[in-house]
Amino acid sequence: MHELGIAESALDLALDQARQAGATRVLRLVLRVGALSGVDPEALQFAFTAVLPGTAAEGASVQIDAVPAVAYCPDCQRDFSPDTHLFFECPVCGRVCGAIKQGRELDLVRLELI
Amino acid sequence: MNPDPIAPACLSTPGVILVDVREPDDSPPAPPGDPLPGAARTVDLQVRLLDQNDRQAAANRTWLRERGIRAVNLVSSPGSGKTTLLERTLDALAGEVRCAVLVGDLETDNDARRLRREGLPVAQITTGGTCHLDAAMIARGLEALPLEGVRLLFIENVGNLVCPASFDLGENRRVTLLSCAEGEDKPLKYPPIFTSAHAVILNKIDVAAVLGFDRAAALANIHRVAPQAEVLELSARTREGLDRWLDYLRALL
Repeated sequence: MHELGIAESALDLALDQARQAGATRVLRLVLRVGALSGVDPEALQFAFTAVLPGTAAEGASVQIDAVPAVAYCPDCQRDFSPDTHLFFECPVCGRVCGAIKQGRELDLVRLELI
Repeated sequence: MNPDPIAPACLSTPGVILVDVREPDDSPPAPPGDPLPGAARTVDLQVRLLDQNDRQAAANRTWLRERGIRAVNLVSSPGSGKTTLLERTLDALAGEVRCAVLVGDLETDNDARRLRREGLPVAQITTGGTCHLDAAMIARGLEALPLEGVRLLFIENVGNLVCPASFDLGENRRVTLLSCAEGEDKPLKYPPIFTSAHAVILNKIDVAAVLGFDRAAALANIHRVAPQAEVLELSARTREGLDRWLDYLRALL
């Protein structure tokens, strides 16, 4: 639900980078969004359509790479993929575990500038 | 008529400080024309988008610590009883612990008006559509509040069981409210706000029987998702169980 703010943050970062690089336009943004980040990739994609117009990133393509969740069970010492991202019950020993190795990502990873 | 269309729709109320965090639109215009093919360059960044918030939250935490203030962030769905719990809490601690309140809502200062008390600094943060409070809003709220002698700061977050989980505000304790009216399985449906909580308050226990609320199932779900959280069962309305909550707060000081 806060995808608009996230899109604005990414846009601000991209425009800063463009200014620093002496570029006049941002052509492409690549983001990485984890399954546990609390951000819905589709809603984020839609939010960009609202924030890009009227800026130096108007018309830029936005690529959002989804990162699946990976949890770790300290008892079994193994990684597992939670079948739902609701909670993290080790499929072997049943321990509910809060150790998340991957899936919280919410990163701006790459820009194309001109 | 409101002469300024950007200004909050509500009128300011005596005793309530309004903090409007809506940003002016100062984005630069796009240059004309299509880009030339083949002239683009790629910049690798790897920047965390919440880094800025986390840095501000750390600064808030330091700022509060230096002033001897402990902060409690109350999060929950709309209508689960954050404001009523705060009303009861402020009344119970009056004369014992000097408190202050920052309360966030999309619009109106209704909650801040409900929380007004003699000598209590209270500020309404009007987010204008943003579904959570972030650390920068808290920093602005802290500047607006007279905090001399305050030992306990309550932050009443925007009613929302999803987004506030992602935003560290610089609080010392995050307390998630779940009311019996919401159903037993909310912790399973909305885990991040529970997994990140120091304490979970099960509110409205006075009407649990009427609602057919399965207390044991709710407690099991909370424990399953948030084994770290202390669980407090109470009714803010009838004050049943309020003493344990007050002791929880006293132990923070």
